[in-house]
Amino acid sequence: MFLDLFYGLRDEGVPVALQEWMTLLEAMNRGMHGSSLLRFYHLARACLVKSETFYDAYDRVFARVFKGVEGAFDDVTDDVMKWLQDPKNFPNLSPEELAALEKLSSDELMRRFLETLAEQDERHDGGGKWVGTGGKSPYGHGGQHPTGIRVGGPGKSRTAMKVAEDRKFKDYRTDVALDVRQMRVALKRLRQLTRTGLATELDLDETIDETCKNAGEIELVFRAPKKNDVRLVLLMDVGGTMDPYYDPMSQLLTALHDERGLRELKPYYFHNCIYDHVYSKARLTRADAVPTGDLLRSLDERWKLLIVGDAAMHPSELLEAHGGINPHNTSPTPGIAWLQRLAGHFDRAVWINPDEQGLWDHTYTTRLVQRLFPMFHLSIDGLSAAVQALVGARV
Amino acid sequence: MAEQHDDFHRFAGTAGYIASAPLVDAVNCAVALERPLLIKGEPGTGKTLLARHVSEGLGLPMLSWHIKSTSKAADGLYVYDTVQRLNDSRFGGGDVSDIRRYIKLGPLGQSFSTPTRQLLLIDEVDKADLEFPNDLLRELDEMRFNVIETGDEIVAKERPVVIITSNNEKELPDAFLRRCIFHYIEFPDAPLMRRIVDVHHPNLDATLLDQVLIKFYWLREQSELRKKPSTSELIDWISALLRAGVSQDQLESHIPFIGALLKKEQDAEALQRFDSKSGRYPTTWKELGPRYNQ
Repeated sequence: MFLDLFYGLRDEGVPVALQEWMTLLEAMNRGMHGSSLLRFYHLARACLVKSETFYDAYDRVFARVFKGVEGAFDDVTDDVMKWLQDPKNFPNLSPEELAALEKLSSDELMRRFLETLAEQDERHDGGGKWVGTGGKSPYGHGGQHPTGIRVGGPGKSRTAMKVAEDRKFKDYRTDVALDVRQMRVALKRLRQLTRTGLATELDLDETIDETCKNAGEIELVFRAPKKNDVRLVLLMDVGGTMDPYYDPMSQLLTALHDERGLRELKPYYFHNCIYDHVYSKARLTRADAVPTGDLLRSLDERWKLLIVGDAAMHPSELLEAHGGINPHNTSPTPGIAWLQRLAGHFDRAVWINPDEQGLWDHTYTTRLVQRLFPMFHLSIDGLSAAVQALVGARV
Repeated sequence: MAEQHDDFHRFAGTAGYIASAPLVDAVNCAVALERPLLIKGEPGTGKTLLARHVSEGLGLPMLSWHIKSTSKAADGLYVYDTVQRLNDSRFGGGDVSDIRRYIKLGPLGQSFSTPTRQLLLIDEVDKADLEFPNDLLRELDEMRFNVIETGDEIVAKERPVVIITSNNEKELPDAFLRRCIFHYIEFPDAPLMRRIVDVHHPNLDATLLDQVLIKFYWLREQSELRKKPSTSELIDWISALLRAGVSQDQLESHIPFIGALLKKEQDAEALQRFDSKSGRYPTTWKELGPRYNQ
């Protein structure tokens, strides 16, 4: 059963190694779980899981391995959940009453729970048998049965062994959650340290060497400090289908601006596809237009290109001359040619797509763009991978 | 066995620090197994404070090593003050032939060399370079290191209790994580927050506290905020409210001293926009949704 937990975690992609497993066994050898499942849950989590982003996976595996209840609860009908959302308070039970309640094994309990549920057809509160709130029936919530099953609602006494079922760490999963802080963490690796500029830092090792060569006369040696050499040009799709993604987009921009390590950051905007102009402001007026050709001329290939957009448009917008969606502002060069030019100009370029990854292949233009740029999802995992593609070793 | 069992229950929180049951378990597990304890959590959830109170609770003297972006792993062990020695050799300031005089132990080195058991806090380990934790693997595993210049080996007489905090600004290397006991301090829920506030501001009026917490959790729920207010900011905010003598009626209609809670210009502006649209702040827990009505 315990090994199921170990392999279950590994199957879920939680990096658990043998070393951590041995740590847990050592801790259990010393009786640190105190023969309580709840404390074992905490102990195993502290020993095996090393990031809050895996807490949710841990909860799921734990619930599966130790209860076998996932799925069993699918049978709980909506009506029952509704009765339970409105708890009636019930007076505390005396210790004698508590002791008198039969302590059921979990399998037995689950079987009876499902049986009871099948028989029950009305709301029930404060009793001793049916699924409802309050009372001493083992089922429902707010009750005081020592080994009972909690169905919905908050656990009052936490005797039910179901902390794992709460899955309150869902928000920490890195494949979905996004906020400025997490983005900044993902962008941290966007750096290449080089020594450039004025020699202002004392090079101690060199100083000692030189001083020794100099027969003890102190000879100070200076060098340039290490600085991040990454310059980033950011092209962002705004308006239309991108409107729902306003929040994550502006958070990404904030995170990039916060990333003080970047040597230079140039953000530009476009709508749907890039043609002969990009815009320095998101309102995309003619006053803010910058010729794309000029932009390419002013930036050498060492700049990194990051494009954010859903790449979903009408095929003519991408492929035809004068295909731009704005009739006053079309260009004889089709968008795909500009994209090819961009992809060819820069040494490293990536495309970040806020749409669900599963949808990409359903859109013709997204498939085309994916051939030009490596595409990543706008999530923490996607951003990390994109940063890796921009500055990491080539694979 | 019984003795070890007692040993395990040594830390149980202190009067000035409210620790959740899983956190207490994690601390005691790390102490008993002599592994470093890695604590993560949102800024302002009391990570550094925990170390101070574990030191108090276990009665161990505390050494702190505050990591900066320039910190190197070797600095924590010892520093060979070559410049001083050069200076002395040149101007005759002391016995230059004894290198040991110029070896200065860092916090980690000190925690090994003192005869009694110490608690070592390595604060904000994620501030340093990515490779920093990897450079400490052997030292934390075996609790020993060599001073290259003198050939001395420094071995911990009593393995120190090591608490490491991280603000999650950088990923930590796997090899390092494998050696740690890990705990993530969740953001406290409302009942726990009441107890925490009670430690800092005892005798606070219950209805006022209610209003304060409703506003606070409501703010944290606003998705457009770039930085959510934290526990320590809540404590500061309550101090400000108490000093100014704000009544609960005043709190119902607006949020005074917002600068104590929101530290980003955009966030303050967002709240102003909410204000100018004459948005109404919630005054009861009910308005915050089901998560808070338990």
